[in-house]
Amino acid sequence: MAAVIAKIKHNQIVQLIEKEQRLDGRELTEYRKIKLEQGTIERAEGSARVHIGKTDVLVGTKVELGEPFPDTPNEGVLTVNVELVPLASPSYEPGPPDENSIELARIVDRGIRESKMIDTEKLCIDPGKKVFVVFVDVYVLNHDGNLIDASALAAVAALLNTKMPNYEVEDGEVKIKSGSTQLPIKQHPVTVTCAKIGAKLVVDPQLEEEQVMDARLSMAIDDDEEICAIQKGGTGYFTPEQVVGFGKLAVQKAKEMRKKLDW
Amino acid sequence: MNEKPERLIDKKGLRLDGRKPDQLRPVKLEVGIIPNADGSAYVEQGKNKILAGVYGPREAHPKHLSLQDRTVLKCRYHMAPFSVQERKSPAPSRREVELSKVIRESLEPAIFMELYPRTMIDLFIEVLQADGGTRCASITAASLALADSGIPMRDLVVACAAGKVDDTVVLDLMDEEDKLGSADVPVALMPSLNAITLLQMDGKLNQDEFETAVNMAIEGCKQIYSTQKEALKAKYVDVKEEAEE
Repeated sequence: MAAVIAKIKHNQIVQLIEKEQRLDGRELTEYRKIKLEQGTIERAEGSARVHIGKTDVLVGTKVELGEPFPDTPNEGVLTVNVELVPLASPSYEPGPPDENSIELARIVDRGIRESKMIDTEKLCIDPGKKVFVVFVDVYVLNHDGNLIDASALAAVAALLNTKMPNYEVEDGEVKIKSGSTQLPIKQHPVTVTCAKIGAKLVVDPQLEEEQVMDARLSMAIDDDEEICAIQKGGTGYFTPEQVVGFGKLAVQKAKEMRKKLDW
Repeated sequence: MNEKPERLIDKKGLRLDGRKPDQLRPVKLEVGIIPNADGSAYVEQGKNKILAGVYGPREAHPKHLSLQDRTVLKCRYHMAPFSVQERKSPAPSRREVELSKVIRESLEPAIFMELYPRTMIDLFIEVLQADGGTRCASITAASLALADSGIPMRDLVVACAAGKVDDTVVLDLMDEEDKLGSADVPVALMPSLNAITLLQMDGKLNQDEFETAVNMAIEGCKQIYSTQKEALKAKYVDVKEEAEE
């Protein structure tokens, strides 16, 4: 995020958006071209790759046996992790996850968790002892802005084709059998992000727009067109009217994007 | 956790602690209580007990983080191991890393960052006891600590959450409502600029409920805002009394 942008470019973007125009000729509420492939990694239990313009995100899921959390003994566990891999951007460096990757992972996690996308009770094998743990690993391959929407979409798409192993319980021991079943899914949340530049909100900011934005706002919308997660970011602010207005726009945009998902 | 209550709002429309849906918990704010810090504040909101301290503007550390045209705000939100039911490891969790970031981003819009180039402002928040809504109470205290340190600000930042429990939109969720309720919407506001500087949500709300929750949180913020201003003034009343003695 700390990458520098030339003042002249900065001013150009801001002035364009004031006139409701954008660098690549899009409308303020228009997404870049979205490309979605599901099942790209055969070794993973589920996978998906999403391109939004030049932004490229790959998600793989793994399903393993583990222990439930003590406060939810009969529910499976969801873990989301984000790797901002160094080859994806000149500003990324190898090392432990920084606050940007932790925030991104937690936004993706909240969309899935709060929409109750996965029927976690069906992941329980032995209450309090054995459950399935679903690992969602987000791999950012090229960063050209709006990682939130791309990661959230890829994560949901990957979960939709995730298989969990068949099992049987023999004398209290869990045995994995051959074959697999579909991960139980109840919802299909979609996350929509806008950037505030000047007094305008632009949907799906590309990298250069993110570098000049004052603030951003992301909302996850579920199948019932209800809001299930929100995150504001950046060092600027929104007015109450902008926030409520964007809620309505996000529902519309989420509907369009959900059509890309295959289930 | 103890046994779960069946209802979070009783037949009379009152909550577990007897509050009405749009009623805040008692808020106590105190300014200038850490002698070593350049600015500090303490907040109690319900059973929340939170300290905020500011050091700076001072030399940036590490130096390469400093910026040529503005200061850098660094924020650390941290929970004491004894602040919650089960001991929390003192190492920063992923939640604390995220909250440190969103709290910083909620305060930056209020600070005249460009006045202190090449420096750093360190903000430390310690949650001594948590009772739901710690990020909001932290922001309320942190902005007071910044003001107490004398850093010029556009407005105080004040935060408050609204949410939904038992199909009712309520203000200022306490721990049980936060855990068992169906939505939580923390909002931070600069009241005199009508600017929302933090907005998060988890749960499930339709458009109307969301609008109601945001507006209710804003009203809550405005109530705490006047307490905040009183607290800031109170410190100087004390100073004046001391001088007259």
